[in-house]
Amino acid sequence: MNKILLIIQREYITRVLKKSFWISSLLAPVLITAIYAIPIWLAMKDKEVKRVEILDLSALWKKSDLLDKEVQFDFTTGKEQDLKMLFASKGYDAFVSIPKDVLTNPKGVHIYTAKNIGMSLKESVEKLIQNKARHELLLKAGISSQIYESTQVDIDSKTITVSTDGQETSSSSGGAMILAGIMGLVLYVTLLLYGSQVMNGVIEEKSSRIIEVIISSVKPYQLLLGKIIGVGLVGLTQFLLWIVLTFGLTQVTSKLYGEKEKNTLTQIKQIESTSPESVMSRSENESPMSEVTKVLESTNIPLIIAAFLFYFFVGYMLYSSLFAAIGSAVESATEAQQFTFIVMIPIILSFLMAQYTMQDPDSTIAFWASMIPFTSPINMMVRLPYGVPVWELILSMALLILGFLGCSWVSARIYRVGILMYGKKVTWKELGKWLFYKG
Amino acid sequence: MILSVRQVVKKYQDHLALDHIDLEIPKGKIFGLLGPNGAGKTSLIRIINQITAPDFGQIIFDGEPLSAKHVDQIGYLPEERGLYKKMKVGDQLLYLAQLKGMSKSEAISKLKDWFIRLDIKDWWNKPVDDLSKGMQQKTQFIATVVHEPKLLILDEPFSGFDPINANMLKDEILAIKERGATILFSTHRMETVEELCDDIALINHSRVVLAGEKVEVQNRYKQHIFKIRYIGNLPHELGGVDILTVNGQSATLKLADGIRSNEVISQIITHVDLLEFQEIIPSFNDIFIQVVNETNSYE
Repeated sequence: MNKILLIIQREYITRVLKKSFWISSLLAPVLITAIYAIPIWLAMKDKEVKRVEILDLSALWKKSDLLDKEVQFDFTTGKEQDLKMLFASKGYDAFVSIPKDVLTNPKGVHIYTAKNIGMSLKESVEKLIQNKARHELLLKAGISSQIYESTQVDIDSKTITVSTDGQETSSSSGGAMILAGIMGLVLYVTLLLYGSQVMNGVIEEKSSRIIEVIISSVKPYQLLLGKIIGVGLVGLTQFLLWIVLTFGLTQVTSKLYGEKEKNTLTQIKQIESTSPESVMSRSENESPMSEVTKVLESTNIPLIIAAFLFYFFVGYMLYSSLFAAIGSAVESATEAQQFTFIVMIPIILSFLMAQYTMQDPDSTIAFWASMIPFTSPINMMVRLPYGVPVWELILSMALLILGFLGCSWVSARIYRVGILMYGKKVTWKELGKWLFYKG
Repeated sequence: MILSVRQVVKKYQDHLALDHIDLEIPKGKIFGLLGPNGAGKTSLIRIINQITAPDFGQIIFDGEPLSAKHVDQIGYLPEERGLYKKMKVGDQLLYLAQLKGMSKSEAISKLKDWFIRLDIKDWWNKPVDDLSKGMQQKTQFIATVVHEPKLLILDEPFSGFDPINANMLKDEILAIKERGATILFSTHRMETVEELCDDIALINHSRVVLAGEKVEVQNRYKQHIFKIRYIGNLPHELGGVDILTVNGQSATLKLADGIRSNEVISQIITHVDLLEFQEIIPSFNDIFIQVVNETNSYE
């Protein structure tokens, strides 16, 4: 037992002291924070104000109708033919002419530009003109703007899960999907990442020939177990760092933005809410972060965390024991490639299945995907935020443990023969034979 | 006896690696395990190291059946040896010593002694990657002996050593023997056997074909050939003696069975002034080749 601890210690410390460990531990939180912070930063950034000259022959628009953060409108008079030649020299980015009969001829509006203007300028000019035009048309039809506003219903449904015993939990399927997606992706990446780390560790020991010295001191299964647990702990450490650093960094960025951010956000909301269409799309515009927060409030966090750790660790043990068996059978990483696909296929397959599971977490495919030991770690974690019956969870966990025991039995038998086998091209048939070699 | 191998059989899928091997390795001696490639030496060594288990037979270590607790009393330097390339020399040796059951503090103090002894004091923090081959061999040797094993198993220890390191290694092996440990050599190099070993066993085709004390084995293979140097003219015929070669003032003679050297000497001195009369002891190289060829022709 003491020797296994020593091995765990070595595997853990040598990996945690590596530069690459810290790079990946720091890079991921920075990227996540960037995803969260960049949109805010872009929104806060003072935008360049475009100047537009406007010729309103219909005389419907007033300065107050054309207020926009990004565009400044100046009314002008004169002839369209002359003005369209001159606006650029006066320093305007664009010149807009509105015909007299704009309400009946909406296509008569022209935007002249010196350079190609961006879509956003075209859209904001169109939107401002359109809002006023609609307002006028409604008035003509006898509908006041108050009546119009009051007809803009904002339907934002709330999903409520009702369990058989009548217990209700409000849930947000959009948010659950995001949470499920994140957990599925993290499991997918880490199973591949740490599984292949175990494999490379085994190959390193075999190709550097230190293996024979080590197994004259400890049993092969002790070395294998120590390595798998040690690398697994590195994985858990990395998760912990990711969580703590991401949380810390996002807190720091929020602090840095401070009040300014709040102002900008409310400003953006105000501007958006002035235009009637935006009211309808507001619920979709809610930030993913607040959705996740909403889900986090409605789900059983300790259960999710416990299940995540369980599925990561047992799933990782299952796959890494198979990766270790492959590593023991070959002498170089390139030689390993012909065998790794067989272990990688179920991981990739379970990630693909997880896409279906996310769409329909209670379908038959999702059920079986979350039961079969090879696909269950990713798929059960994807199903979990939507709510899973307790018996299914327990069955899935039990099956995963059985699967792990089976895989580790096979792997340990291949491993103990493989690590001492040199100079022989290994075939599948050969691996099969090793299973039945005596000690 | 530090180690008794009794009737050990090891079968692999398609061939018999060890066929009822019996060996007695006396305590405090240097024992040479000889044999051509593929004879079964490595299979036997792996069984003694408990890396694999025999299919049949028994191994007695220091009076007890060999078991997991004996691992810490054996030191093993495999023929194909390596180290963790990225680890520092000191950390690596400390790790290997602890795997052999030493406490951390004990391992550190013993390792420091060895670093001073082999004059490598400033290597502790060097990564193995930076070491030359000879430096790596020193490191591996320390890893093999630091836990002061009762039995030291060295598989082709001199392969790849330069003459200076080979001499250092030889001296250390003798020093370890002085302290009462037993050394089991596996080797092809007959000069090593002749120089260092007290006892030998020769394995060929999975069987022990020759075993015993070095001197006794050499006597067994003596062919009663003598070399003489003299002044004068040697007659063409001598009673009970076959003259093999004559080369100026020296010759080689083969004595017929039952003829004692004293009888031959008394004959010779009547003809010439005898300066030297020496028996030619067969080299282990010759014995090795002879025995291997003999056993091969039985097959």
